[in-house]
Amino acid sequence: MQTFDLEAQGLRALNQALHDLKGQTNQTAWEVVNPKGSHAIAVGVDAPIDLTVRGSTGYYCAGMNKQATIRVKGSAGPGVAENMMSGTVIIDGDASQYAGATGRGGLLVIKGNASSRCGISMKGIDIVVHGNIGHMSCFMAQSGNMLVLGDAGDALGDSLYEARLFVRGSVKSLGTDCIEKEMRPEHLAIIADLLKRGEAEHLAKPSEFKRYGSARKLYTFNIDNASSY
Amino acid sequence: MCGIVGLFLKDPKLEPHLGQMLTDMLITMTDRGPDSAGIAIYSTGKVGSGKITVQSATPDVDFENLDQDLKNALGKPVLMLVKSTHAVLEMPADQMDAARAALAQLRPGMKIMSSGEGIEIYKEVGLPRDVAARFEVAKMHGTHGIGHTRMATESAVTTMGAHPFSTGADQCLVHNGSLSNHNGVRRELKRLGMTFETENDTEVGAAFVSHKLQEGETLGQALEATLTDLDGFFTFVVGTKTGFGVVRDPIACKPAVMAETDQYVAFGSEYRAMVSLPGIETARIWEPEPATVYFWER
Repeated sequence: MQTFDLEAQGLRALNQALHDLKGQTNQTAWEVVNPKGSHAIAVGVDAPIDLTVRGSTGYYCAGMNKQATIRVKGSAGPGVAENMMSGTVIIDGDASQYAGATGRGGLLVIKGNASSRCGISMKGIDIVVHGNIGHMSCFMAQSGNMLVLGDAGDALGDSLYEARLFVRGSVKSLGTDCIEKEMRPEHLAIIADLLKRGEAEHLAKPSEFKRYGSARKLYTFNIDNASSY
Repeated sequence: MCGIVGLFLKDPKLEPHLGQMLTDMLITMTDRGPDSAGIAIYSTGKVGSGKITVQSATPDVDFENLDQDLKNALGKPVLMLVKSTHAVLEMPADQMDAARAALAQLRPGMKIMSSGEGIEIYKEVGLPRDVAARFEVAKMHGTHGIGHTRMATESAVTTMGAHPFSTGADQCLVHNGSLSNHNGVRRELKRLGMTFETENDTEVGAAFVSHKLQEGETLGQALEATLTDLDGFFTFVVGTKTGFGVVRDPIACKPAVMAETDQYVAFGSEYRAMVSLPGIETARIWEPEPATVYFWER
């Protein structure tokens, strides 16, 4: 186990040490102590390591992550796992706005609530939120899956492309071009897999969710839709 | 970008440490606003007395014999405490209006930062650490306080453009964001009799809230009205003699984190600002919801 004291050793030293791990490494277990809400912790990691942050983080924790499993034993500030490529990021507490924004792959698990704009412009990432998500979540989401065990805020999935949204609780309002869709067996299988990988199997059943997706009316500019843009 | 910190104490045992706690929080928010900094601090004043905090670009000239001159003008006792470019003048509460009028005559170059029974405001251009040291904020006692670190967007980096803004007795407001309809709202408020010191958007937000309070609305009602009448981005934190309120615009892109324990309610633009507070590990921590008014009163 490599233990890194962020307060004593500094952020640049941490991220440089993590960036120096190229491809396979024997140093697979990492722990960061004294994060104290610092920004940009473990950004740009590209190695199959398991890193645990003991406390809450500031902006952009685990941004652009590839391969690594990063756990935050606290809450995360804005932009956690932004543009993640692969790997897994697990937040024990809450996540602030735009969690998982533009994520291209991997899995983001938020065990508390996520704030506004969760999964905005997601492009292939899977996001599992045990609690609620805030307003304007999945805005312009292109692909990937969003699973919410709680409720969704206003304007869910506004201007949505092909991301799949599954919400168990209430949806305060749907955004433009986002509609409820029928739940087919393949969707139930996706939910079951997300519940399992998202450490939420004990919390919900696939049959309890509703599916939301794009009505596909805003894909290309159409003058008849001008009032909806 | 700007940084906001706020602290509302529930436990009187912490009151001697309010200045130190707010100073630590303010300095942590330097990255969000290195242009200028300011702090409003509230304490339980002497019964029947009021305070006016004044600021001068030439304190050596303006503050010389100021207490004596004001005493002569009012015919009542006046105490003065000078702190760098600011001075706090204490007098009987019923003399506050007369004192404001007298000060405009006696020292026309001076600016009034705040007036009221409990409030003192200190603000200057410079790094938060230097501003806090200059006014010895760390030594101050109080019941609640609000601090701001500014990265200017809407108007010039000047002392008067720094936050908090006070536009009514014992009232103050700080802001992260920018208002887009402030010119129109300022015109309307001027017509209704409010006065302005700057071209700053935040001063309009402060005057808007003060005007609502003057009309008899509660702090909660006044903050609700900002959601319908003010356009733009805002997270506001507002102080009154007995209270502390928070409101975010419906888009809520300007960050806000709150923490509450049995001892205090704290506000920070980032969680970082609160990591040194006692008991933060077990505090209830949440993000205030968009378009939702929160306030606490003692």
